[in-house]
Amino acid sequence: MTGRVFRGLRAAGRNWTMSLGLLLLSGVALMALTASLLFPLSPYDMIGPPLQWPGQFDGAVLGTDALGRDIAAGIFYGARISLLVGFASVACALVFGVLIGAFAGYYGGWVDTVLMRVTELFQTIPQFMLAIVVVAILGASIGNTIVALAVVSWPAIARLVRGEFMVIRQRAYVQGCIVLGMSDLRIMFVQILPNAISGVTVMSTILIATAILMESALSFLGFGDPNVITWGTMIGMGRGNLRDAWYIITIPGLALLLTALALNLVGDGLNDLLNPRLRKRKAG
Amino acid sequence: MSMTPLLRVRDLHCSFRVNSGMIHPVRGVSFDLQRGETLALVGESGCGKTTLARALLGLQPPSAGSIQIEGNEIAGLNRVDLRRFRPQMQCVFQDPFSSLNPRKRVETLIREPLDVHQKFAPEERRRRVHLMMEKVGLPADWGRRFPHEFSGGQRQRIGIARALILQPDILICDEPVSALDVSVQAQIINLLYDLKSDLGVSYLFISHDLTLVETFADRVAMMFEGQIVETGPAREVWCNPQHAFTRRMIDAIPVPDVTRPAPPAFRLEAD
Repeated sequence: MTGRVFRGLRAAGRNWTMSLGLLLLSGVALMALTASLLFPLSPYDMIGPPLQWPGQFDGAVLGTDALGRDIAAGIFYGARISLLVGFASVACALVFGVLIGAFAGYYGGWVDTVLMRVTELFQTIPQFMLAIVVVAILGASIGNTIVALAVVSWPAIARLVRGEFMVIRQRAYVQGCIVLGMSDLRIMFVQILPNAISGVTVMSTILIATAILMESALSFLGFGDPNVITWGTMIGMGRGNLRDAWYIITIPGLALLLTALALNLVGDGLNDLLNPRLRKRKAG
Repeated sequence: MSMTPLLRVRDLHCSFRVNSGMIHPVRGVSFDLQRGETLALVGESGCGKTTLARALLGLQPPSAGSIQIEGNEIAGLNRVDLRRFRPQMQCVFQDPFSSLNPRKRVETLIREPLDVHQKFAPEERRRRVHLMMEKVGLPADWGRRFPHEFSGGQRQRIGIARALILQPDILICDEPVSALDVSVQAQIINLLYDLKSDLGVSYLFISHDLTLVETFADRVAMMFEGQIVETGPAREVWCNPQHAFTRRMIDAIPVPDVTRPAPPAFRLEAD
């Protein structure tokens, strides 16, 4: 009896955290969508006196930085970059990682050995260093940041997909499809992939959060696109005023924290939702 | 009846590498399956009968020997060349729970073989799926459901429909009922028996249960340690076993002993 109440409470709690995550995430998305409507000027434009605390100056709700730029505008425009970079890089990593993982897991043997050695090569290099190197080689732009983050994100997806494919490949229904004479590509992507995708979905949300944080770190270090403002750029530019005007880095820092938190909450919720054992309990 | 058998297997060997070295589960198996015949392959677990089935279905390349379908050699063909012969030989798996893709609807599962081999127009495919569902005893309006909504016996009916929709000449049944309840086993066996006369399909029925196959197999082949040790009409093997292994199998069948005193009455009491 108490166990059931406890489980019910926990399920409600999980749903509640996922709702919170989705709410926060849609808030960030809304900011990204309305940025140019609410702030028609460039976020790099000076709109008032410098170093105005939040509420101190009428034109800037969240205050201004050392050069008199609107922090609220930076947060709204920065949301665009964060979401764009996060989702685009993970989308690229997904395509690549799923392909590599699917072929390695399905065919096994030397295909698996070769593909996994390459994957491990990428995994052994520290992610952030690799991202810096890629941006340094390609040059600082939004597109190259996306490429760099995709390059560091795909190995994790490839390994996960490989594992799932190796297991599902042995199931009788896959053997049955071979007996039917179905082509390998169709077995891989029509039969196996839909059964392997739940773990990948959960991992993707976490990877998006990681990518957003890494993008900020790159911008903070000055490896970001100099033409667009991002949360990382704002933190980087505000660190000189850390002692007298700490709000300059705290506000974008909070935006980052909440976005990453939201994605993790959604990932956690999806994990419960897509977990076949939990789902079965609900159905039964 | 033509001279060439539907399926001719000659001196088939299968071996493969496992962690502890090479194993050799099929050691020179030969048999013929005639059109319209039901051949039961009976043996204990680990005697190589499933490996033999996998070799026939092209899931496990044989290391030596010959497999011919109506005189065409299929042993050693690659998967692309084998595709041409797939519609002639299909199979029903043992485990009704893992043999159906959990994310496909029943009508998709049954239609898939026609899609793969691009047989018939879409409308005709749908008609045949409904016809097949009816034949295996599934209500036609259950097509939109998913496999997890069905019982083991119903799932095995889906598996049979999926295997037979291509109108194969040969159906390999690898322990198709051993995962089912005894009452459901009889239903599935009856269904297979009815479908045989209806569709003119030949069965290679693999089982460990001699009593089960004795009722409906035309011939029985006893398999022991990778070889067929005895073949013959079911009743003959049953009544006059030649090989020591066959005798042991028959002796192992539990027989109700009416001379023994009944156990004391046992009453189930509520807690």
